[in-house]
Amino acid sequence: MSEITPELVRHLAGLARIEVSEAEVAQFASQLALIVESVATVKAAVSDDIVATSHPIPMANVFREDVVRPSLTQEQALSGAADSESGRFKVSAILDED
Amino acid sequence: MAKDQLMDYQEALDAYEVVIGLEVHVELNTNTKMFCGCANVFGDEPNTNVCPNCLGFPGAMPAVNGKAIENSIKIGLALDCEIAATGRFARKNYFYPDLAKNFQTSQYDEPIAFEGTIDIEVPSGKVFTVAIERAHMEEDAGKLTHVGGSTGRIQGAEFSLVDFNRAGVPLVEIVTKPIYGAGDEAPELAAAYVRSIREIVKNLGVSDARMERGNVRCDANVSIRPKGQEKLGTRTETKNVNSLRSIERAVKYEIQRQAHLLSQGTAIIQETRHWHEDRGATSSGRPKSDADDYRYFPEPDLVPIQPSKEWIEQLRATLPEKPAIRRKRLQDLWGFSDLEFRDVVNSDLLDEIDDTVKAGAKPQAARKWWTGELARIANSEDKDIAELSITPLQVAQIAALVESGKLTDRLAREVLTGVLAGEGNPEEIVAKRGLEVVSDDGALLAAIDKVLYEQPDVLEKIREGKLQAAGAVIGAVMKAMAGSADAARVRELVIQRANEL
Amino acid sequence: MSVLNKSAHELASMLVSKEISSVELTKAQLENIDRLNPKLNSYLTVTHELALTQARQVDELRAKGEKLSALAGVPIAVKDNLTTIGIATTAGSKILKGWIPPYNATVVEKILSHRMPILGKTNLDEFAMGSSTENSAYGPSLNPWDLARTPGGSGGGSSSAVASMQAPLALGSDTGGSIRFPAAVTGTVGVKPTYGAVSRYGLIALGSSLDQVGPVTRNVLDAAMLHDVIAGHDQMDATSLSESLGSMTEAAKNDSVKGLKIGIIKELTGEGFQAGVSERFQEALELLVAAGAEIVEVSCPSFQYAIAAYYLIQPAEASSNLARFDSVRFGLRVMPEGAATVEKVMAATREAGFGAEVKRRIILGTYALSSGYYDAYYGSAQKVRTLIQADLAKAFEKADVLVSPTAPTTAFLLGEKQEDPLAMYLNDIATIPANLAGIPGMSLPVGLASEDNLPVGAQFLAPARQDARLYKVGAVLEKLLENKWSKSMLEFAPELKVN
Repeated sequence: MSEITPELVRHLAGLARIEVSEAEVAQFASQLALIVESVATVKAAVSDDIVATSHPIPMANVFREDVVRPSLTQEQALSGAADSESGRFKVSAILDED
Repeated sequence: MAKDQLMDYQEALDAYEVVIGLEVHVELNTNTKMFCGCANVFGDEPNTNVCPNCLGFPGAMPAVNGKAIENSIKIGLALDCEIAATGRFARKNYFYPDLAKNFQTSQYDEPIAFEGTIDIEVPSGKVFTVAIERAHMEEDAGKLTHVGGSTGRIQGAEFSLVDFNRAGVPLVEIVTKPIYGAGDEAPELAAAYVRSIREIVKNLGVSDARMERGNVRCDANVSIRPKGQEKLGTRTETKNVNSLRSIERAVKYEIQRQAHLLSQGTAIIQETRHWHEDRGATSSGRPKSDADDYRYFPEPDLVPIQPSKEWIEQLRATLPEKPAIRRKRLQDLWGFSDLEFRDVVNSDLLDEIDDTVKAGAKPQAARKWWTGELARIANSEDKDIAELSITPLQVAQIAALVESGKLTDRLAREVLTGVLAGEGNPEEIVAKRGLEVVSDDGALLAAIDKVLYEQPDVLEKIREGKLQAAGAVIGAVMKAMAGSADAARVRELVIQRANEL
Repeated sequence: MSVLNKSAHELASMLVSKEISSVELTKAQLENIDRLNPKLNSYLTVTHELALTQARQVDELRAKGEKLSALAGVPIAVKDNLTTIGIATTAGSKILKGWIPPYNATVVEKILSHRMPILGKTNLDEFAMGSSTENSAYGPSLNPWDLARTPGGSGGGSSSAVASMQAPLALGSDTGGSIRFPAAVTGTVGVKPTYGAVSRYGLIALGSSLDQVGPVTRNVLDAAMLHDVIAGHDQMDATSLSESLGSMTEAAKNDSVKGLKIGIIKELTGEGFQAGVSERFQEALELLVAAGAEIVEVSCPSFQYAIAAYYLIQPAEASSNLARFDSVRFGLRVMPEGAATVEKVMAATREAGFGAEVKRRIILGTYALSSGYYDAYYGSAQKVRTLIQADLAKAFEKADVLVSPTAPTTAFLLGEKQEDPLAMYLNDIATIPANLAGIPGMSLPVGLASEDNLPVGAQFLAPARQDARLYKVGAVLEKLLENKWSKSMLEFAPELKVN
C-alpha cells in the first residue's frame, strides 16, 4: 500500500488542476491516508479471475442515427462564458513562456 | 532557437538502424459528430454546431453515432484487422482548453479493430508489409486560435480563443506496430503508407481524406539504434506534418538530427516535436510532464459495442478493392508503363485520372493533362492539384474536344485556363471565346491563297518539292487565323493548294 | 387540514374536481416556502413567477376541457443538480453560482410536459457529495423534525421541503443513498429506481455508473405516480433501459403481501444500528408477517466491501466528471494575481470554487485511477461490484424483496460528523449496495425511534427492473402502519417554529 505523502497530494492536485494550500496538503494527506487504508481491503477481497463490472445493467450496441439534430445557438453556447470574443470562448495564454 | 545539427543522411544510415511508427488520424465524413447530433461540417461560424455534450456542459451525455461505428469497422476490415467482439469506449483524462470535458472519449484496451496488415510499395518498387497494431475511435478537440503573439502560434500569445465546432468530430486513429528494416527508405515508406491509408479511406467513402484540410493527420514516431544493438532507441513523436512531402522530410530530418546527437554521446529526449515546413526542421514541443498519466477507465456513460458476425460480414462484402490490387488492375487496364504509373501514384493523381477515364477520356490523354499541364499550373500557383477548380469530367470533356479535332492542344490549354478561372464548362468556353478550330476549309484556303499570292517565290519552292518552305506559309496562316486553325490541316492544304495554283 | 398537508394524489383529484385551482395551490405553497425557507434553507432558488405562470397555464387548459395528465397542476421542487432552462442550477457549489443552463434535463422536460409547476431548486451537498447538506456552499438545510439536526443528504433540501410542506413532492438523485437516507431521517418516502430506468441526461453527474434520479414524496402512491412521470427510455442517455418497467401507480394499488418472501440481510442488522432504529424496523417486519408475508434470512458477505468499493468508484468517476469545471466555458472564473496562464486560472478557479469534501474526493479519485494504482483501487472496486451482484442474485433466489433499516441511526446533529469524513461515509452502509449493483431501492418511514423521537426508515430492495415490487410491498406496509398509528408519519412531526 502506498503512503499518502504531501508530495503525492501535491502531485495529484496538480493532475486535477486544483491549487492547494500547504495546510490543505497536510490535511488531505492524513485524511486520505485513513480512507486509503480502509479501501485497501478491497484489493484483498478480489481475485484475478473475477471480471470487473463497469456497467451495472448489461447492455450493448446503443447507437443513434447519423442525422443532424438542432444545435445550440452561438449565443446560448456562450451564455455562461466568463469571457468571449468574436463568437469564441476567450482564455488566458496557454503557456507560461516560450 | 538554436539550429539543430544534422548528420549526413547516408552516414546516419550506415551507423544506425531506423525504426518508425506511424499514427494516422482519419476524420470521418459522417453527417454528425461522434457523440452528439451536431453537424460535422467545416467552415461555419464559430460555436454554432455545438450542444451541451460537445461543449462539456454539466449534465450532458454522449450518444454514439452508429454510422461512425460502421465506418470504423470498414476501415478495420480494409486493413485486414480483427474486429473486436467487444469494443469499449474509455475516458482519456487531461486538461486543455480545447477539450470541452477535459477528457477525451476514446478507446483504450478494447479498440474496435486490431492486428491488421497492409502492403506498401515505395518508389523504388520494393514492397514492405506494415503491421497494424490497432484502429480505434475517438473524438476531435475544438480549435484554438492564439492571439497576440507574432506568428499566431502558442509562444508569446496574449490569449487564446476556442471554437468547439470541431469538438466531437469522429476520428479513427490507426496505429502501426514499430516498423523495422526500412533503412534509407524509411521516409518514403512513411509517406507511401499515409498515401495508402488516404486511398483506402477515400475509396471506402468514409473520409474526404484531404490532408490540407486536416481530414488525414499523421504523427511520425522515429527512433534509431546503433547497428547491431538489440535495445530500441528513444523515440520522438513529430506532429503537425500536414502533407505527404512533409512526412518524408520530417522523418528524414529526425533521423539526421538524432544520429548527430547520438554520435556526440548526447541522449535523445523522449518528447513530442513539431514539424516546420517553412524551415524544414522539427522543434521541441510541449514537454510531456504529467500528460502521460491519462488515468484511462471505461466510459460509464456508454455501453460496449458488440458487432455481430453477420453485420461484420455484411460490411466486409461492401469493401472496395485493396489499393495494391486496384493499382495493378488500373495499370493493366490503362496500359501505362511502370514508370508512368508510378509517376501517377506518386503525384497522388490516381483517383483523378481514374475518374477522368471513367468520364470518357483515353487513359494517356487523362494522364497527360493531369500530370502535365494541371500539375504545372498547380505548382506555379503553389497549390495542391486537388485545390484547382476543375473536375475530372471537365478534363475529360477537354480531352474529347481535342480527340475530335475541334480543339488543338494549344486551344485546349486556353480552355483549361478558362475552366480554372471559373468561366464555365469547356463547351461553354469554346463557344464564348470562339476557340473552335476552323475546320471550314474555305476559310483556310482563303487565308492560304492570300499568303501564297503575296509570296510567289515560296509558292515556287513548294511546287519544286521544297516542303520546308511551307513552314513560313503555315506560320503566316496560323497567325492570320489567330491560332484557331489546325496546323496539320493547314499544311496539307498549303501543299495541295500550291500544286493547284 | 390545510391544502399544504395533502398528498399529491389527493391534490390531483381536487384539481380535477376543480375544488382548487393550480394557481391557488401553487400560491399557498409559495407562501409557505416564503415563511419556512429562510429558516430551513430547503430551497436555493424559488421560482415564484415561473411557478405561477405555469399554474395559470394548467388552469386555463383545464378550463378548456383539455385532457391533462394525472399530476398536472401539482407543483414540484427540483434538486439543484438537475438542469433547468432559465433557472439557476448550482449543484450546491460556488463554482456554478448563478449558472443558467441553456437546456433542460430530460426529467425536467417530463415534469414540464406533465404540467407540474416548478416551485424552485432544492439544496444539496455540493455536487451531491455528502449525507447532510453540510457540504453545500450555500449552507445546510435543516431537519423540520429538529432544527438542530440535518435532514440527511445529499438531497436534504428536497426531503426537508417535502417533510415541511414546502412542496407536495420533489425530484432527487441517488448515488449512494442521497434520496433514501434523507427520506429515512425526515419521515418521507424516497425511491432510487433501477439504474437506467430514469434518464440521467441533464443530471449533473457525480458517479455516472451509480447515479439515478428518483421521487421524494410523503407517501408511496405519490412516489409511484411521480416515478411513472419521470421513468422511460431516453435517446439522449445511452445507459437508459429500452423497455418500460410497467406502471408503478398500478403496483402501488396492491393490497396484499400474502406469500411475499422478504429477505432480511444479515449483514445489515444488529450491531452498528441504533437500538431504536432496529426496534421500529423489527415491528414493521412483524406487521408484514402478520399480513401474510414470509421472512427469510439472506446473507451478502461481499457487503463488507461495499463502502470501500463505493468510495473508490464514486470519487474516481467524479474526479473525471468534475474536470469540466475549469472556468473556460461556464461557471466561476478566478483570475490569480499577476499574469496568469490558463492552467493557473483553472487551478485557482477550482481551488476557490470547490469545497473541501469535493476536493478531497477529486484527489482520492485521481489517485484511484492513476497509473500504478488502477488495478489495486478502481479496478478492484469494480470487481467488488461483480461480487455484490452475485450475492444479491443468490439472495433474490430466496426472496422477492430484501429489507434492512435504511440507515444505522436517526438524523444526526449539525456538525456532529464534520471532523471525520469516514464517519460520514458510514451512514451509507445500507444504501450503497443498491447503487453498486444497479438495483432499485425504496425507503419508507416505519415510526419514530424511542430514544429521540426521530423518524426511522426501512429500506426495501428489489432485483433490477422489478421496481414495481417495491411499490407493492411499500403500499401495503404504509397502510398497515397508518392503521396502527391512526395517522400518517408526518402527522407525528412537531410544529415548526420558525420565528
